[in-house]
Formats: sequence, structure tokens, C-alpha cells
Amino acid sequence: MHAKKILLGVLKYTTLIIGALVAIVPLVVVFFGSFKTTDEFNATAPFTLPENFLNFSNYIRAFTEGKMLLGFFNTIILLVLSCIGAVLTGTMTAYVLSRFHFKFNRLVKNLFLFATLVPSITTQVATFQIINAMGIYNTRLAGLVLFIGTDIISVYIFLQFLENIPRSLDESGIIDGASYFTIFWRIILPLLKPAIATVVIIKGVGIYNDFYTPFLYMPKTELYMVSTALFKFKGPYGAQWEVICAGVMIVVIPTLLIFLLLQKHIYNGMVQGAVKE
Amino acid sequence: MPEYATPRRKRFAVSALSFKHQKILVSIVFLAVPLLLLFLLSYLPVLNMFYYSFTDWNGTSLTKELVGLKNYVTVFSRPEYFSVFLVSIYYLVASYLQLALALYFATILSFKTRLKNFFKGALFFPYLINGVAIAFIFQYFFQPDGTLDTLLKLCGLGEYTQLWLGNPDIVNYSLAATSIWRYMGFNLIMFLGAIQSISDDIYEASSLDGASRWQQFRYIILPSIKSILVLNMILAVKGALSVFEIPYIMTGGGNGSSTFVIKTIDTAFKYDKVGLASAMAVVLLILVLVVTAIQNLIFKDRD
Repeated sequence: MHAKKILLGVLKYTTLIIGALVAIVPLVVVFFGSFKTTDEFNATAPFTLPENFLNFSNYIRAFTEGKMLLGFFNTIILLVLSCIGAVLTGTMTAYVLSRFHFKFNRLVKNLFLFATLVPSITTQVATFQIINAMGIYNTRLAGLVLFIGTDIISVYIFLQFLENIPRSLDESGIIDGASYFTIFWRIILPLLKPAIATVVIIKGVGIYNDFYTPFLYMPKTELYMVSTALFKFKGPYGAQWEVICAGVMIVVIPTLLIFLLLQKHIYNGMVQGAVKE
Repeated sequence: MPEYATPRRKRFAVSALSFKHQKILVSIVFLAVPLLLLFLLSYLPVLNMFYYSFTDWNGTSLTKELVGLKNYVTVFSRPEYFSVFLVSIYYLVASYLQLALALYFATILSFKTRLKNFFKGALFFPYLINGVAIAFIFQYFFQPDGTLDTLLKLCGLGEYTQLWLGNPDIVNYSLAATSIWRYMGFNLIMFLGAIQSISDDIYEASSLDGASRWQQFRYIILPSIKSILVLNMILAVKGALSVFEIPYIMTGGGNGSSTFVIKTIDTAFKYDKVGLASAMAVVLLILVLVVTAIQNLIFKDRD
């Protein structure tokens, strides 16, 4: 019995270590590569440590020539605006749907529910024509409208959360003579803070990582987001993997920092966002 | 004077309305923009897509001819369009492997483990990484004399090196493996959450009764995460049908790695056949809706 327990323990940790290595090694070699010079990169194996960990020349090239700086600028603008927009539209929708029980509202709820069934990548063919007809193709507005408008999951997260906020709080507001607008701003919105944090995390990660929205709708160089700027490394740096490696690390490191800082929230957010999908 | 003692006199104009009218006003103001966006970006595209699928539209010309079912006939009869569905099978099998791995790691991590947070974080982190970055990481990983070849040589398996992304017989395995690397952590977190919601008392009671780890897994863990497992199995089908990013960025769909979505996007945006691409998208949409309907049937039985 004792021997079996030890054996199981060995098996458990061996598989865990292998799993962790498989997850980390592909990233670590890119990290090494990003500090190598061109000659060094071509002469050494992926696992060889770079001669100088302070050789940032690839990073500088990726940031400036590779337009990563521009990509971050555009991504941050769209990320902030879209999160504000999605939180506002999401909370307003959820508030009306959870607190007022008109027949019309039930219909609206079902409309939102049904829309979650359609995977958005399948409808891009036709969505593109609408964005085009609105005259916002190749402008920042295209990204903004798409990031806000196709965000239906957040409505669900807010709805779920609102069901657990007692109605007596709304009613006490009404007794004090507040209007429904005031109740929404002063009572509901502050109470929704944890749900807003969840939505911002899911949305933020989603926008930062989104590829096809900027790729299809904002192909102009000035509108590159992180994904599209990195994607463009493919052509000019095709043979210069050390610069591509630096570009990859520039994209991955912010994600890693956010993950280390907000681990618990990210785990919770991802689970909550997924259940409704 | 403390504030709570004063009755509020100042009233907003809105609150002077009757409650019923206020509710209507608030509903209209709050729902106008979300509903407009929902209609414009979710419903109108689907409706238009159905319409386009019966036309020969190229996306820019002012006129479109109705061509009946011609586009659908093309999708189903021309092998270059339909055969790409077969590529989904690689990803489908991969996602079941991915679920098995996630279930294994979630189970062992739910018991007492040293460095638990490190292992959980390391296995989950790939899910958060930007898809374009992942595509580059694995292009480097799979390229000749890249990470994988070097590893094989280190292990004395040098003769097994391959053109991992260049050989049409192998490329889909490489891409499906990349997909496992990317998404496994997500399933892990879902399963772990479900397992951890099981009360500790149940484990303790079963330990006292002499249950082995396997019995705990079989009779406690598995039944309690069954529904989330089934949900993930169905999501895997939807996911496998709509694979796009990884193969599109890594191989551009070359060497026989094109998927149905890549074909659809290329047909629409590269070859300007919006009518045909719409028919393809409609086929995919119907498949996904059928899978969803099956999912709802299964879950209705459970509730």
C-alpha cells in the first residue's frame, strides 16, 4: 500500500512537470531568441542561452520599425472605449430586463439569448457589408461598434448578477423619491462592481487578443492593433526570427503581468464568461 | 441636521412621472442603443447572409442576380469546398484528447498538491496568449531545426524530424496539437472549478469508508462534473467546425490545412465571391445550430 502511494505520487508529479514544461518551453525559447543577434540566432540552437540578456536591439526594432508601439496605442484606445461602452450598454440592458417585466422585455431577452447561438466568425461575410454601408470601414469606429455591439455574453453576466441583488434595495430608493435613472446610477451600478470587473477582464483579454476584427475591418497601417501589427512581421522579418521573437514577447509580457496580478479574478471571469457561451 | 432625518423634497423631473410611465421611458432610453446594435450586427447579417447565398453577388457591384440553389450545389459538389470539412475531424479528435488531459490535470490538482498554483497557472496561461503570438511561437517550434527538432535530436530521436508544417500528411496533426496547447488550460479551469465545488466532507467520508483515489474519481468527481463535461464536449464540436486563427496565421491554409472558415473568409474577401461564401457560412451556421439543438435536448433531459 505504501509503495503504491509513493508510485502514484511520483507519477502525479512527473506528469505535472511534463505538462508544465510543455506549456512553458515553447515560450522560453522565444524569450531566449529575442535577445540574440542575427548571427548568434542562426548559429545557436533554440535552447542556448543568449550571450547578452541586455541586448534589446530586437525589441527596439520591433517597437519602432515593427509598429508595435502604434499597435499598443490603438489597442489601448479601443480597449478602454469598448469596455466603457460594453459595460454601459450591458448594465443598462440587464437592468431593464431584470427589473421591469413588460412583455416586450421578455421578447428582448430571448432575442439576446438567441443571438448568442450564432458564432460571429460565420457571419463576417455579411457583417462586413453592413460596416461598409455604415461608412465606417477602415476607421476606429468599426472596431468600437463591433466590440460593443457583438458583446452579448456581458449582458448575461450582468443579468445573473442582478438576480442576486435584492429588489428591496430598489424599492427603498423609490420610497426615497428617486427616479429609476437615479436608482440605476446610484444603487445598481455601484453594486454591480464585481460583475463589471469580470466583464472588463473577459472583454479586455478578448479585445487584446482579437485578430479578425482589426484584420478584416481596419487594415490601414495607422489603425494596426497589437495582433495585426504582429501579424505583419510575417513578411518583412520572415528570415529574421530574432525580431519576430521580440515582437512575440512584447505581446506576451503584458498578458503575463496582468495574469500574475489578477490571477483569481481571471480564473473566475473565464469560468463565468464560458458557462453562458 | 443629519441627512437621513430630512425628507427628500428635491425631485427629479423624471420621478414626477408615474412609475409605469417612468418604466417605459427608462426601457426605451436604456434599450435603444443595445437593441439597435443587436439588430445591426447580429440579426441583419444573418438575414442578409441567407439572401446573398441565393445570389451571385461579388460584394461590390450594384446589382446581384438571383441564382437559386447554385451556390449550395457548388458547396456540396465541388470537393475543394466540401473536403475541408474533413480537416475539422483532426481538431475534433484533438479537442477530445484535450478534454481528457484537462480532466486528468484538474483531478490531480484538486487533491493536495505542492506548487499547485504554479502548475495551475502554467497549464492555464497559454489560453490567455494572443493568437498571432501563438502562431509565431509554434512556427518557430515546428520549423526545421526549430525547438521540436532540436529536442528530438537531444533525445537521440533525430531520425524522426519532419517538415512538421510542410508535409501535408502531418501539418494538421501539428496544428491540432497547437490548438490543444492553446485551449487545454481553459477546460482545466472549468473542470477544476466544478470539482472544487464538491464539499470536502464527501471526500473525507469516502476516505473513512476506505475509498481509493480511483473510486473517489469514479463515484464522486465524475458524476458531479458530468454536465460540465458534456457541455465541453459539445462546445468542442462547435469549436472544431469553426477553426480559423491558428491555421490561417501559421500556414495560410496551405498544404491541405485549410478549414471551412478559412475557405469561407478567402472566398468572400480574397476571391470576392460573396454569394458563394454566404452559402458556405449558412451551411456552417445550420450545422452549429443543429449541434446546439442537440445540446439543449440533452440538457433539458437533465433538468
